[in-house]
Amino acid sequence: MSIEVRNISKTFGAFTALNDVSLNVPNGQLVALLGPSGSGKTTLLRIIAGLEPPDAGSGRILFHDEDVVDRGVGDRQVGFVFQHYALFRHMTVFENIAFGLRVRPRKTRPEKSAIRDRVQELLRLVQLEGLGGRFPSQLSGGQRQRVALARALAVEPKVLLLDEPFGALDAKVRSELRRWLRRLHDEIHVTSVFVTHDQEEALEVADQVVVMNQGRIEQVGPPAEVYDNPANPFVYGFLGNVNLFHGRIDGGQARVGNVDFPLPALQAAGSRELVGYVRPHDIEVSREQTGPDAIAAVIGHIHGAGGLPRLELERLDNHLQVEAELTRDRLRELALQVGDRVYIRPKSMRVFVEGQPLDYQI
Amino acid sequence: MKPFRLKQPSVLPGFGLTLGYTVLYLSLIVLVPLSALFFRTATLGWEEFWRIVSDPRVVASYRLTFGASLAGALINAVFGFIVAWTLVRTSFPGKKIVDALVDLPFALPTAVSGIALTALYAPNGWLGQYLEPLGIKAAFSPLGVTIALTFIGLPFVVRTLQPALEDLDSSVEEAAASLGAGRVQTFLRIILPAILPALLTGFALAFARALGEYGSVVFISGNMPMQTEITALLIITKLEQFDYPGATAIAVVMLVASFAILFFINLVQWWSSHRYRAGV
Repeated sequence: MSIEVRNISKTFGAFTALNDVSLNVPNGQLVALLGPSGSGKTTLLRIIAGLEPPDAGSGRILFHDEDVVDRGVGDRQVGFVFQHYALFRHMTVFENIAFGLRVRPRKTRPEKSAIRDRVQELLRLVQLEGLGGRFPSQLSGGQRQRVALARALAVEPKVLLLDEPFGALDAKVRSELRRWLRRLHDEIHVTSVFVTHDQEEALEVADQVVVMNQGRIEQVGPPAEVYDNPANPFVYGFLGNVNLFHGRIDGGQARVGNVDFPLPALQAAGSRELVGYVRPHDIEVSREQTGPDAIAAVIGHIHGAGGLPRLELERLDNHLQVEAELTRDRLRELALQVGDRVYIRPKSMRVFVEGQPLDYQI
Repeated sequence: MKPFRLKQPSVLPGFGLTLGYTVLYLSLIVLVPLSALFFRTATLGWEEFWRIVSDPRVVASYRLTFGASLAGALINAVFGFIVAWTLVRTSFPGKKIVDALVDLPFALPTAVSGIALTALYAPNGWLGQYLEPLGIKAAFSPLGVTIALTFIGLPFVVRTLQPALEDLDSSVEEAAASLGAGRVQTFLRIILPAILPALLTGFALAFARALGEYGSVVFISGNMPMQTEITALLIITKLEQFDYPGATAIAVVMLVASFAILFFINLVQWWSSHRYRAGV
């Protein structure tokens, strides 16, 4: 079932959590709401679920072209998974999962044996067979979250909503579970929206990433699209580490760092400031000055662990910090030491003028 | 089978000291005075003891005391829950004052509350004058005893429930709602089981307090033999007649019965709170 959010606003007192937000989630997709805390992503999810009403008269929520704004959470056929699991701790895993079926009115409630079969099937789906008799307190965090997921799926929701589902788990379980969620989604294809503040998680799992900031949607697109073509400086900065190179444009000629390039489109704009954004892996490090656009820097720190070692560098011209990533082979080849003098050159840079992107490749 | 060990290995220091202190303190404050009661009673022969404690007037007082205490504690369990819920879940002007009012029955000398309740519920009192034409005799009846015991028990239920209600995670209720449960189902299946241990504790405290209550009841009850005499009053009466063994005999019955009931409630409470934490 598709979800459409139309012009939804939400204020808490003087704080605007959502400012005229519109969003379309196509049927069967897995969509991530990504943003820093306070960006309104959880509020949007709760409004979609019906756990929170939008501001009166502010807009519509449509499930499959049907307006559900006036329906309560119990009537929207949504499955909701909470960050801290919200399991019923006085019930066993089995009873937790069966809850949604057992509270149905007598007419639509399945037979006892049907409920048992359904719960067993869900336990198999979330790989917790044989743990039906346990209480939530006897499970690990990852297992609890899978029980919460099974409980939400038991009522056969048309839409699955997950609020920071892996937020309370440690790094390893987190990455396992999110891959598992992706596989699960490929299996059951229920339209799903999940909230996260972790860009890696959003980029890895989702079909579409919705980047939010200060109650607004900044950009919507597939992971590769938002990562490679960020719509504005916020998205660029939020989706990964970034180096800022400040510069100026004067009469259509721009100079950012030591790089000169023409920008004829802004010939008439006069003189103004520019900011160039460069990802750490787009910074080339060499021992010799390779051209006029290379900048001298000193190595402050080398983080050698991991697949892509990171260098912390200090530019000699303005003493700003720059972060660079290079392959292990390249690091070995250059035999870099802390304190060495090197030259850095941005291989690819994205320049924003007044928030609008201008592509510039070197 | 594991060999029995008094002391489980633990990083917390001072096991011997704290256990020793607990035993000593409980002995001095609770057990020694209570055992004096038994020794005093033991001066009576068995038959004499039985004659005193099974006297119809005394038996009637047991019935009233336990019945009214139970009724009062049950009323408090229901309405105390509502008060606690309101204080935790809602905010309204003057909430702090209402919160403080709950403690008044704790603080008031019991005789003062007894006089106040009697003035209120006597046939010519503020409330009593409206109840009288309806055929309801509030003061000087078992109903009056129940009212007094309800009054003094309220803070116990409210104060034990408040922290439990504050601990309730609202997302658990939201989860139940999102799974299609109505408010009644959510209350019965989710909220009530979660607060049941606290509710039982509050109930037990209110009940225990009511069993031993004297001051607030004697004014409103009217103290008619066989009808509105509570056991504590009979004990005082015997003491005033210097019938110490008789007084302690009745006291022993009260004590044993109270202990049995409280122990049973504790067991239920322990069971309901530990059932789902098994193995943790």
